[in-house]
Amino acid sequence: MGKIEWAMWANEQALAAGLIYATGGIVGVAGQFRGWQFAAFGIAAGVFVCLLEYPRSKRGKGTSVERTGQYCFTLCVKAFGPLTRNYYVRAFLHAALCVPGGFMLATVLGCVCLGIASLIYLSAAIHGEHWEPILPRTEPPKRVGDSIKEPPQNPPPRPPPELRRKKADKLETAAYDNPMSVTVNE
Amino acid sequence: MVSHGLTVVTAFPDLLLCFIYQISLFCGFLQNLSSSLHLIFYLSLQFNIMGNFAANEGLSIFVILVWLGINAFLFVHFYMAFLIDRYYYTRVILGHALSWARAPAACLNFNCLLILLPVCRNLLSFLRGSIQCCSRTAARQLDRNLTFHKLVAYMIALHTAIHIIAHLFNFERFMDSQLMINSSYLPYVLSQIGNNDNTSYLNPIRSNETNPTIVMFTTIAGLTGVVITLALILIITSSMEVIRRSYFEVFWFTHHLFIVFFIGLVLHGVGRIVRGQTLESVAVHNPIKCHRHFETWGKNGTNCPEPAFAGNPPMTWKWVVGPMFLYVCERLVRFYRSQQKVVITKVVMHPSKTLELQLKKKGFKMEVGQYVFMQCPSISQLEWHPFTLTSAPEEDHFSVHIRIVGDWTQALYTACGGDKTVVLDAWTLPKVAVDGPFGTASEDVFRYEVVMLVGAGIGVTPFASVLKSVWYKHVQENNVFTKKIYFYWLCPETQAFEWFADLLQSLERQMTEKNMSDFLSYNIYLTRWKDAEAAHLRVQYEAEDDPITGLKQKTRYGKPNWDNEFSTIATQHPGSKVGVFLCGPTALATALGKQCISHTESGTEFIFNKENF
Repeated sequence: MGKIEWAMWANEQALAAGLIYATGGIVGVAGQFRGWQFAAFGIAAGVFVCLLEYPRSKRGKGTSVERTGQYCFTLCVKAFGPLTRNYYVRAFLHAALCVPGGFMLATVLGCVCLGIASLIYLSAAIHGEHWEPILPRTEPPKRVGDSIKEPPQNPPPRPPPELRRKKADKLETAAYDNPMSVTVNE
Repeated sequence: MVSHGLTVVTAFPDLLLCFIYQISLFCGFLQNLSSSLHLIFYLSLQFNIMGNFAANEGLSIFVILVWLGINAFLFVHFYMAFLIDRYYYTRVILGHALSWARAPAACLNFNCLLILLPVCRNLLSFLRGSIQCCSRTAARQLDRNLTFHKLVAYMIALHTAIHIIAHLFNFERFMDSQLMINSSYLPYVLSQIGNNDNTSYLNPIRSNETNPTIVMFTTIAGLTGVVITLALILIITSSMEVIRRSYFEVFWFTHHLFIVFFIGLVLHGVGRIVRGQTLESVAVHNPIKCHRHFETWGKNGTNCPEPAFAGNPPMTWKWVVGPMFLYVCERLVRFYRSQQKVVITKVVMHPSKTLELQLKKKGFKMEVGQYVFMQCPSISQLEWHPFTLTSAPEEDHFSVHIRIVGDWTQALYTACGGDKTVVLDAWTLPKVAVDGPFGTASEDVFRYEVVMLVGAGIGVTPFASVLKSVWYKHVQENNVFTKKIYFYWLCPETQAFEWFADLLQSLERQMTEKNMSDFLSYNIYLTRWKDAEAAHLRVQYEAEDDPITGLKQKTRYGKPNWDNEFSTIATQHPGSKVGVFLCGPTALATALGKQCISHTESGTEFIFNKENF
């Protein structure tokens, strides 16, 4: 298999697990099932996992594709520094969050999915990956040289007028007129 | 990784774009309400748009509507099927959650039947060949197989969710009726039936000392349910576009969990956990009349003996056994075709990491614009990668141009001696297997007198085949219908496609020899350049050949002004039908579609062909 960044798949799996966990929790609470307290925990844990996993990490190699509107989430997740950067912490966190789900049927599926996501994150951490925020790049403003008073206006590559002129002895074979007058000794 | 020019155009984004265009037209129309001429113009534009749209998309929309209709019908039918008397007592415990669980189950049966069919590409190829003589539009729908496969997958996910949620309620209610120990409570009484023989029971939860989670893991239905749902979730998360495009192998290997899915699906109903009254029992014990007297069932002097229950036999296998068989045949056919001998006759290393392989296979017949799947057992036994064919059908070999972008292509490059400078002997070249060709042929190109071909980026690959084929046709038969080709190539950088520039160069040379230099007019547009390159280009401004491509026609910079291009072509070919073919992004397709409509005046008609290369 190629060099996959496991964290990318772990992220998708964890996001799906969060949604499933929360949905199972909602069903458990709305139906007033036995053990609905675990379901309520499931809703909270599921929503938390979704918020944590929504911002995608920047890829080590290649272009990163953001999820829609993930910028604010990126800032929140970035604020926790090493807690969210390190994937060992995430693996352990997901493993811990998934355990209470196993006590109630409605959240069992969320529990297992989150457990699998935790394992994939562990694999990512072992491979040395970590979470990087995707931030918009601010380009430094281009410095215009002191001797240039008016920068060139035309975009397509075109030689400046001095180079476009032809030598005076080749005027007959030229295909265009000189933009500047030319004398033999210039 | 893959290197091919397939653009799968789905129906729904086009529908959306069409509506947006409609709205913008309508706003424009509103501003010009005064003139009746404007009204006629607007209406004719509408018919044109709808005509084009209907021709291209009509069949897809129809297929999708039929599919949705069957889903809706199955859902409602099986919902009602569990509202009959046989299930009266089951519903006493479960309520409507029973129907809510069984209806999506029926839809799941139907969709699991469908999901295997679009990926049987050899079967589809065979069908396409038989349909193509009747209707090219119908044949082209078969190219949208992957889109349909994804739609069916989403529907499976949706129905699985409904099914699971309904069963959560079912488990809870079954458990409740075991726990409310009260002989005056009908659900409890019902749950005690069958305690002696363990066959005629209604409630699959047989005791009150358990809990739903344990029951789920100890019944066949529960255990297989968990396993197949997990398989489904893993398949879906690894099929997300981000993962699929970056790490194809993870997607492909995880997708094989579908084997687990189908085995579990067939076994899911074996435990016969959905129970209703047996027909013999209903004959002697009418639930409508007897349910009130549940405290005296089976006692002396009543008309109501104890009801007996049984489970429904598993039905899923009847739905999926056919497609599973077809898919097994498909894999066998792929295996058989992969064993056919394919010989690499020539390996060409093009600049910028492009590898050209010329191959020969006995009985291989191709048409322009098709693609093949290639496998190299010495690199990977399981990976098949698609590549567009770049040779013309008239040649004695078939060729693919492979860009080296990932592990597989890199390994192929090394195996073919890419990093060595000596010429390799033929027997040292790796054995490859080829499956195909697939895809709808683009013979439409040859039906127009004047043709505009637009290729963007990697979309230029199928046009290699088209251009070569048109040239061969001209050389071999002198009355080829196509008289003039306008070719537009838009790319951010030409380096990756220098092989294509070489092809254009050789075509240019051959045309000059035959005095036909104005047969093909090509325009290459470089849409991005670096400052360093720009400096070099300035210096080379006066050179006769273009500094980038070495062709006589100079490279242009930026994007083409389509208005000008269309107007020029319209004035140069009055009264003729111009076919416009595109292989590129959807935004370009919309732009070109609009240009075709607006420049179709009296005389010149531009017909936009949305080809799925």
